[in-house]
Amino acid sequence: MAEDIASETFLAAAQTWGLEGPPPNPTAWLYHVAKNKARTTLQREQVFRTNVTPAIKGLAPGNSDPEIDLSPQSIDDSQLQMMFAICHPSIPPEAQIGLALRILCGFGILEIADAFLSNKETINKRLFRAREKLREENIRIELPSPAEITSRLGTVLTTIYLLFNEGYYSESGNAILRKDFCLEAIRLCYMLTGNASTDQPQVNALLALMCFHASRFEARVNNKGDIILYEDQDTTLWNTELISRGGYYLSRAAHGDTLSTYHLEAMIAYWSTQKTDSPEKWENILQLYNQLLQLEYSPIAALNRTYALARANGKQAGIAEAIKLKLIDNHFYFALLGELYTNIDNGKASENFQRAMELARTPADRAMMEKKMLSITSCLKRTSSP
Amino acid sequence: MDEFMLIFRHEDGNKVASPEQLQAWMKQTMDWIGGIAAQNKFVGSNGLLFDGSKVVRHNSVVTNGPFGEIKETIGGYITVKAESIEEAVAFAKGCPILVGEGNSVEVRKIAKRDGVH
Repeated sequence: MAEDIASETFLAAAQTWGLEGPPPNPTAWLYHVAKNKARTTLQREQVFRTNVTPAIKGLAPGNSDPEIDLSPQSIDDSQLQMMFAICHPSIPPEAQIGLALRILCGFGILEIADAFLSNKETINKRLFRAREKLREENIRIELPSPAEITSRLGTVLTTIYLLFNEGYYSESGNAILRKDFCLEAIRLCYMLTGNASTDQPQVNALLALMCFHASRFEARVNNKGDIILYEDQDTTLWNTELISRGGYYLSRAAHGDTLSTYHLEAMIAYWSTQKTDSPEKWENILQLYNQLLQLEYSPIAALNRTYALARANGKQAGIAEAIKLKLIDNHFYFALLGELYTNIDNGKASENFQRAMELARTPADRAMMEKKMLSITSCLKRTSSP
Repeated sequence: MDEFMLIFRHEDGNKVASPEQLQAWMKQTMDWIGGIAAQNKFVGSNGLLFDGSKVVRHNSVVTNGPFGEIKETIGGYITVKAESIEEAVAFAKGCPILVGEGNSVEVRKIAKRDGVH
């Protein structure tokens, strides 16, 4: 089918470019047309399978007329079913994200390769293997049974969250594409809230979490594409509409008796939208991280928890806790130690920023650590000179 | 890596704390457990309530309690991962219940179901 779409796209190009001349951006034109064609084809297939075929089979006398349902509701339902088929535990998360980007969001192979800092061949292979696997396992394109839906929903949410993170934290330089990934993740999650069986508290919590994060999209990168740290962000660029949306979904998430990691992360993200520092803010963030880590450990949560602890309980307490983490191959660990030692023991602060710089993987991170180190070193010189 | 259970023993389960004391104690406990979890050494925990507790004895004799009859009551436990008993003991030393003089934390290695222990 992919080949058919590619040939059809080139045919369309040959027909229209010949008459009107090539468009200003031929690559984008081709992607756009191919994306639309793919989308239409998939929707057509889906509608055919779920509506047309049963309708034709039911043409026997006495049955109602075989009208094709092209309503937004029907298209959403098809996409939901496809989402569950793609986000299947039998294929690895990376392949799930790839398939979701390709099939549900209509991104091109090149765009996906760009986001994963990979190449076309690798992505093609990955998607091919994933499709084969889904075929072998005979995965049906349908919503899981009510008994299964909560556990299967977990995998779907993980994939959506990974897709969002791919956009939010990706090392790829393509800022527009990254934002598109985030918006697609939000769209897919929003779609889950539109169906009674998938509109569950943890789904709303994830949606809230993504809204809160996305609210800082414009503020966290400058026009050169460099990351701007939270403390230095221009808060007038924060999207208040998204923040209040996040609040709305967080209140919708406050049902049931399960506290998911998404709930905790969404509440932490909520506090991050409150720029004003207060003891209450950091105490709340600390307790949320304490709970989050008990549910699910991750190095980044451990580091953030320690930072919050230093803000709530003081730097000395923070240093004592940080030393115990021993995440010695993580540059954020040394950046945290550098931060905590700043103005307590500037010699140690400088050493730690140095380690962080050596371990940093991206030029942007290295530059940031170097800047921190230099500011400490100049501080040291000033205090030691007569 | 082995698993150890840290059992909180309270000298007097009947002591009534003020809401402020309770809140402070809660925070210290959460920070202590969070610190263990931040090292990826936390396995699980449970607080045990004193309200309405019973003791079942020989011949199905059921009494309220265990207060008054024995010196110590168990207030809860936490299970951790540790490289050695020393590391588990180091975790226990941070437990906020030890602020109370008569309280203690018992550290016990959990038997592996490997047919040897």
